[in-house]
Amino acid sequence: MPATDTVASSIDVLERRSRRDARDERLFRWLLKGCALLVLAALLGAAGATLWGGRSAFSTFGWHFLVSTAWDPGNDVYGALVPVYGTVATSLIALLIAVPVSFGIALYLSEVAPAWLRTPVASAIELLAGIPSIIYGMWGLFIFAPFFANHIKPWLTNNLGDQPDDGKLSWVAQHVPFVGKLFGSSYPFGASILVAGIVLAIMIIPFISSVMREVFQTVPTRLKESAYALGSSTWEVSWDIVLPYTRSAVIGGIFLGLGRALGETMAVTFVLGNAMTLSASLLDPGTSIASTIANQFSEASGLQKSSLMALAFLLFVVTFFVLLIARLMLRQLAKKEGS
Amino acid sequence: MSAIYLRRRITNWLAMGLSMLATLIGLAFLAWILWETLRQGIGALNLKLFTRITANGADGGLANAMVGSLIINFIGIAIATPIGVLAGTWLAEYANRTKLGETIRFLNDILLSAPSIVMGLFVYTIIVLPSTALTHGSTTFSGFAGGVALALIALPVIVRTTDEMLRLVPSTLREAALSLGVPQWKLTLQILIRAARSGIITGVLLALARISGETAPLLFTAFGNNYMAVNPIDKMSSLPQIIYQYANDPGDDLHAMAWAGAFVVTMFVLLLSLASRLVLSRTKVSHD
Repeated sequence: MPATDTVASSIDVLERRSRRDARDERLFRWLLKGCALLVLAALLGAAGATLWGGRSAFSTFGWHFLVSTAWDPGNDVYGALVPVYGTVATSLIALLIAVPVSFGIALYLSEVAPAWLRTPVASAIELLAGIPSIIYGMWGLFIFAPFFANHIKPWLTNNLGDQPDDGKLSWVAQHVPFVGKLFGSSYPFGASILVAGIVLAIMIIPFISSVMREVFQTVPTRLKESAYALGSSTWEVSWDIVLPYTRSAVIGGIFLGLGRALGETMAVTFVLGNAMTLSASLLDPGTSIASTIANQFSEASGLQKSSLMALAFLLFVVTFFVLLIARLMLRQLAKKEGS
Repeated sequence: MSAIYLRRRITNWLAMGLSMLATLIGLAFLAWILWETLRQGIGALNLKLFTRITANGADGGLANAMVGSLIINFIGIAIATPIGVLAGTWLAEYANRTKLGETIRFLNDILLSAPSIVMGLFVYTIIVLPSTALTHGSTTFSGFAGGVALALIALPVIVRTTDEMLRLVPSTLREAALSLGVPQWKLTLQILIRAARSGIITGVLLALARISGETAPLLFTAFGNNYMAVNPIDKMSSLPQIIYQYANDPGDDLHAMAWAGAFVVTMFVLLLSLASRLVLSRTKVSHD
């Protein structure tokens, strides 16, 4: 019976094919999932590798590692406080400058500028984000730090600091607490915590401003137009309608910028002066976690290398949580949009 | 006009003025940085830069660094592209709205801005240290290790763009193919990835732009080499690493060469981001 034979064999072929398809499908799924899990592995691996590398520093110094200002390869004693302070101080200065400027840029581009100007200006600002960090570092080292040392720093030390050239303390240095200490310096060069903070600020402005601009554009037009119809000015609409509506995402954008600033290596290494000392003055050189690692890791060994790994672990954990908060805040607005 | 109107009007003018000022500040710094890079870089450009190697010092060039950069970037992209595209495909096509998928998408966004120097130390631990131990010190730092470090930085960029671009592909396309009995893997590879091709290429170009300026992860992986190295298991120099080294050197001649290198890197990165924009804008037109 040839007819039934053909039917049977064609059913057989079909069955075999669908079985093959199912197997291929399973393999493909596993391959894809494996690739996606590599993202997870990269994060866990980076944390694990630095923790493992820093184990002897953590076990030798314990919690004391976090609060010690020592960094003495001669006696093999290390503490994290100086680089941690440098990282935090430069990042905070960067935020202090970058947040208002980014808000201004986002405001200008979403509410103020004429429509034909918005795209080109936004692209130009985004170009700033594309410039490699080492270029910022070079510009900071050769152009901005000397400019700062010649034109801005003398004014700051003489008018705000507690170590002016002529020895006469200004009114501000005498009467406002802390300011004298913050701006007092006898160090002659530009490279300092403040300059590193400024360079970082320029680097993170495009990140923060593009997030802010994006979220400002999600505000429903009817909300804004209702406020305009009631007679609000552009500023009042921005401050009382746009900003409250997008608050969580704006904070998310700021944290995103902070995450960038904390982990930035090259731009900071060039302009921080790399001094392993703790100084109250923003005009004195300092160091940061990332620049300490960049400068010392190749020549380090033993406990010093382990301490550098421990620093990297601290940096990674802190940036992880900062970025986690950033993404959670940004997601809140996305949810609001969806509902 | 009553005082309150006047005050509101002045506040408004002030705010608008300040926002314009902020934009001008941003643009001014952009112009300042680009201008200095162009001015100092073009002034230092010459033919020696492309033909001689860094072993000759001030009388040499950057040829070995340029070749090294090309090789390391190529390795990075060659590793990150397949993995990133497949991972992004999984997120968009297989794990959309599952818990694991959402978690990985979320963590990928974090990896996107993770400190690159830590990634360098990670690769140092998993590749440089074991290869040193296995070869008894004859292979330590290598161009390959540098490539892997850059791949880790390129990966999240590619994952994210692939994921986003695939989710833009209309679901009618999927339904049409599935109703014809096409297995899902064939649908994914032969239809969806093809439909999202230009978006994915944009992501790869952006990732390349991102890694070609990276310095920190290369310091402890590719390390640097004053001679021409083309074998990936050798120590390898790269443009950003040479810029870092020369800029920190006291010699003015070397500073000029660092600027020339900075100019080359900046131009390369800017051209890449321009190219990625062109690819993307072409897609948008074809979809209309």
